[in-house]
Amino acid sequence: MTTTQTQFETVIGLEVHVQLSTHTKMFCSCQNIFGEDPNTQVCPVCLGLPGSLPVVNKKALEFAIRIGCALGCKINSFVKFDRKNYYYPDCPKNYQISQFDKPICYEGAIDIPTEDGTHKTIGITRAHLEEDAGKLVHADDCSLVDYNRTGTPLLEIVSEPDMRSPQEAYDYLQKLKLILSYLDVSDCDMEKGSLRCDANVSIREMGATEFGTKTELKNMNSFKAVRTALEYEINRQHKVVLSGDKVIQETLLWDENKMMTVSMRSKEAAHDYRYFPEPDLVPFTVEQSTIDEVKHHLPELPEPKLNRFIDEYKLSEYDATIIIQERCKANFFEDCLKIYPDGKKVSNWLNGAVLQEMNARKSEITDINLTPERLVELIKKVDDDTISNLVAKDVLGMMLDSGKSSAEIIDEKGLAQVSDDGALDALIDELVNEHQNIVEQIKAGKDSAVGFLVGQAMKKSQGKANPKKVGELIKRRLLDG
Amino acid sequence: MISEDDVKYVAGLSRIYLQDHEVGSLQKDLEKIIGYVEKLQKLDVTDIEPTSHALPLTNVFRDDEIKPSLDRTETMKIAVDQRDGAFKVPKVIE
Amino acid sequence: MNLNELTAHELIDQISSSQISPQDVHKSVRDQIDAVDSKVKAYLRLNDNPQNYDAASPYPIPIAIKDNMCMQGIETTCASKILQGFKSPYDATVIRKLKDSGAILVGNTNMDEFAFGSSTENSAFGPTRNPWNLDCVPGGSSGGSAAAVAANEAIWSIGSDTGGSIRQPAAFCGVVGLKPTYGRVSRYGLIAFASSLDQIGPFTKDVRDSAMLLNIIAGYDPMDSTSADVPVPDYTKALTQDVSGLKIGIPKEYFIDGLDAEVKAAIDESIKVLKDCGAEFVEISLPHTEYAVATYYIVATAEASSNLARFDGVQYGLRSFPEKVRKSSLIDMYEESRDQGFGPESKRRIMLGTYSLSSGYYDAYYLRGLKVRTLIKNDFEKAFESVDAILTPTSPTTAFKVGERSDDPLSMYLSDIFTISANLAGIPAMSMPCGFSQDGLPIGLQLLTKAFDEEMLFRIAHTYEQNTEWHKRRTKFN
Repeated sequence: MTTTQTQFETVIGLEVHVQLSTHTKMFCSCQNIFGEDPNTQVCPVCLGLPGSLPVVNKKALEFAIRIGCALGCKINSFVKFDRKNYYYPDCPKNYQISQFDKPICYEGAIDIPTEDGTHKTIGITRAHLEEDAGKLVHADDCSLVDYNRTGTPLLEIVSEPDMRSPQEAYDYLQKLKLILSYLDVSDCDMEKGSLRCDANVSIREMGATEFGTKTELKNMNSFKAVRTALEYEINRQHKVVLSGDKVIQETLLWDENKMMTVSMRSKEAAHDYRYFPEPDLVPFTVEQSTIDEVKHHLPELPEPKLNRFIDEYKLSEYDATIIIQERCKANFFEDCLKIYPDGKKVSNWLNGAVLQEMNARKSEITDINLTPERLVELIKKVDDDTISNLVAKDVLGMMLDSGKSSAEIIDEKGLAQVSDDGALDALIDELVNEHQNIVEQIKAGKDSAVGFLVGQAMKKSQGKANPKKVGELIKRRLLDG
Repeated sequence: MISEDDVKYVAGLSRIYLQDHEVGSLQKDLEKIIGYVEKLQKLDVTDIEPTSHALPLTNVFRDDEIKPSLDRTETMKIAVDQRDGAFKVPKVIE
Repeated sequence: MNLNELTAHELIDQISSSQISPQDVHKSVRDQIDAVDSKVKAYLRLNDNPQNYDAASPYPIPIAIKDNMCMQGIETTCASKILQGFKSPYDATVIRKLKDSGAILVGNTNMDEFAFGSSTENSAFGPTRNPWNLDCVPGGSSGGSAAAVAANEAIWSIGSDTGGSIRQPAAFCGVVGLKPTYGRVSRYGLIAFASSLDQIGPFTKDVRDSAMLLNIIAGYDPMDSTSADVPVPDYTKALTQDVSGLKIGIPKEYFIDGLDAEVKAAIDESIKVLKDCGAEFVEISLPHTEYAVATYYIVATAEASSNLARFDGVQYGLRSFPEKVRKSSLIDMYEESRDQGFGPESKRRIMLGTYSLSSGYYDAYYLRGLKVRTLIKNDFEKAFESVDAILTPTSPTTAFKVGERSDDPLSMYLSDIFTISANLAGIPAMSMPCGFSQDGLPIGLQLLTKAFDEEMLFRIAHTYEQNTEWHKRRTKFN
C-alpha cells in the first residue's frame, strides 16, 4: 500500500436547518416559543389531528426570501409545498410539509476567508421552507412525545459539496451564522436547536472527478463539534479505504462523549419519501417587485460593513472584523462615531475594556447598561485628563454595576486626577528624596528613568496623579533647574 | 406488472402488517386495478401541465398573529397513553 | 304527513308561525329513528345533547352528519375501527356554521370506511340499507346521510363527495344531493380522503332545501387555504323556474353500453320535461370521459395514502401490538394498529396510492394521472363555452343488492363512472330524483355547471322539480 492520507481529497457539503423566529408556527397560529411545558403550544393543526388543515405563515415566507437575498440566491417566482412521507412519532401527520422541486431559494453563494488572505466561494444549492418535528424524550421504559416544537418554521440551507476541509466547513458555518444574525430572522442558537447542521462527507483520490461514497453526520451541537466530527469521520474513511474496504453510504450519529461517530441505520434501505404536491396548500408566486422590496430593506451585511469601517473609520482589518462580529456591536460603534470622531479610540474601547466586561458578565453589548453616549462621555474624561486610562477602566466597571454615568462616579468617588502644581510638587519632593539614584540617572540624561518616577507617583496617589503633568514637573525640576 | 415483492415493499412503506395469505390476494387486486389504470398510458400527455388543484388559487397566507393554543387538559384527553403531559409511545431505539 | 316527512322550508314556515316547535320536529325525527333505524342503520350514534332549541334561530332543523366531520367532544370515526374512541377537541367549520344557524345535530351517519366505497358496505360497523328496498345498498360513501333523509330520520343531512359520494347515494335513495364547487365549502374539520377532490355538501328532500342548506355552509374560511374567497349569493334567489333559452349539453360519452334501460328512459323523459320548459338541448363531447375512473383512482388513492398515514396508534384511536415482537416495538405498533384498524378496502387504497407515489412509479402513474386530470378539466371548460349546464344520469344503474359487488373492487369503482369527472374538474354537480324503476328504486339525474355557478344548477333543478312529482314521494316501512 503506497497510498497515503495526503493523496486524498475531502469533499464536504452541509445542510443547515435554521428555525425562523416568527411569532407563530409555519402553518398554524400557535406561538413559536422555546422552553414551555410539553404540549402546551399545540392546536389541531400542529398536532396533525384528523380534519385539520395548514395555512402558510406569510412572515415565514418573507424571512425565507430575506435570507435568500442575503445569500445571493435566486428566488423562485413560482413556489409550492410538497409532502415528504415518512413514519416517526415526532412527525404527527407522518408526513412533513416541505418543498421538493420548487424551493423558494436556489443558487446562492457565500465567501469564506482562506489562509492566504483571499476568499473562497462556497455555493448554496438551495434553501427551502419546511416544518420542524416535535421532540422525543427517551425514558427507560418508553419514549415521550412533546409536540410544542412541531410546526416551527425551518429554512433548510443546502450547500454545494464545495468544502475541502473541516476548517472550511467551520468557516462556512461561522459566516452563515454571521449573515443570519444580521437579518433578524433567527436566534441562531445551536444550544436551543435553532441552528442545526448535518454534514455530508466523502473522500476521493486527488485529481479524481467522481465523488466518493458519502456518509451523513448528524447530532453535532456546536460548530466545533461539526469540525471535530468531520475530522474523526474523514480519518475513519481514510482507514477504511486504506485497508482496502469500501465506505458504506449511511447515516452516522456524532457521540460527543465518546468523540466518535456511531452508525445509525445502515441496514435500512434507501428512503422512499414519496414526495408529491401538498394538496392542502395552494402554490404562491413571488413578484420581482417583492424581491426588490426585500433587497431594498436588507440591512448592510457583514462584509460590506467591514470594508466600509476600514475605509470610513480607518480601522485596521483586525479591529473591524471584531466589531462587525455582532450587528448590535457594529451599530453601537457607529452610534458612538456620530458623536465622537475617533474610530480607532472607540474600537480600542469596544474590543478591549468593554469586551472584557461583556465576557465577565456573559452579556451582549445591548444588555450591559451601556449607551454610546455614556461610553463617549467616559472616553472624553480621559481625553481632557479628568481621569487616567487606568482609572477609566475601573469607572467603566462601576458604571455597568450601578447604572450611573462616569461623571457621577468620578464625582462620588473623588477619582478626578490631581493636576494641581502644588499638590504634585509635594509628591515629587517625596519621590526625589526616596529615589536619589534615579534622580542621578535622569540628570545624567537617561530619559526612560522619568517613567519609573511617574509610575511611583501613580502608585502613591492611587492612580489619581495626572501622569503627564507629573512627568513634565519632574523634568522641569531636574533638568531645567 | 406488480409482484408479491412489490406488495410487501409497499406494505412496508405503508406500515401495514400483511399475513402471508393477504399478500397473494392483495397482489391480485392491485394487479387488476393497475391493469385497468394502464389505459392512461395510451394518452399523449406531452406538454400537458399537471393539475394538482382544481381551482387556480394562489398566494393564500395567514398573518403572523398568535392565537391561543389548546388547553393541555383538553389535548391530552385524546391520548391513548400519556405521562407528564406528553404522549407515551414504545421506546424509540435509534 | 308527519313532521319528519316535511321539508325544512315547510317546517320553518310552521315554526315561525308558532304552529310547531323545533322540539316537536326533533321528537318526530327521533321517533322515526327509534322505529326504523334498526332496519336502515343510517346512524352510527345519536347526539343526546344537541344544541338548545331556539325557534328564533334561522334554521332550527334536525340534521344528520356524516361521521367524517369533527364535532367537539363527540366521537368521530369515519366508520373505522382505527378511530374508535377519538373525540375531537374542535368543531369542523361546517359544524360550527350549522350550530350558529340553530340546526339540531341529530347524530352521525354511517359511511364507507374513510369514504372508500360506493355502497356503505365498507363500514367497520356494518352496512346501511336502502330505505326504498332494504335488500339494496343506499350507495356510498355517504350512504348513511342519504338513507337518513330518505327514511325521514333527518330533515337534512351533510355528506362529503370525493368521486360521487353525495350524488350516487342521493340517486340511489331518491333525494337531492349536491357537490358544490371545490373550495365553495370549507374542508376544515372534514377528515380528508383526497384533499384535492373532497367537498362537503347537502342532502335534502327538495331543491329549495338544498339551496337553503348551501347558504348556511358555503363561504370562505381562513382555516382552509383551498377555500375560495368568492362571494356567496343567496341561492334561494336562483329558484326561478325559468330555463327558457338555456342551453343544456348531453355528453355522448355518458350513454354507454352499461347504462340501464330504465335509467336511460328516465333521463330521456327528464330532457323532455326541461325542453317543454324552454331549455334547448345539444349533444356535446367530453372526450376524456373514459379515463376519468383510472385518473381518479390514481390521484385519490395517492392523496389518501398520505392523509391516512397519521392513523398510527401514536396519539389517539386504536393502538395495537402483536403477541410476539416482530420488528421493533414501535414499528410493530404502527403495523399492527394499522392492520387491525383498517378494513380491506382501506388497505387496498392505501397500498395502491403508496405504490403510485413510490420511487420509480411516480411519473408513470401519479404524474400522468395529474396530467390526464388537466385534459378532463379542459373538456369541461371547452363544453361550458357553448352550454350553460350538462345533464347526465347520476349512476348507470339503480341501487344494487347488498353483497352484489363487494367482492370485485373494480366493478364497484366503475359505478362512479358518471360522477368522478366533476371532482377532477372541481365543478359543482347535483343529483336529483327523476323517476323510479319498475321495482320501485329511485333514479337520479345529474346536472353539472361551471365552477361557482351553483345558481344555474338550482335554477334548472328547481324548474324540473316544480314540473314533476318525484320529490314528493316518501319511503314507507311496514
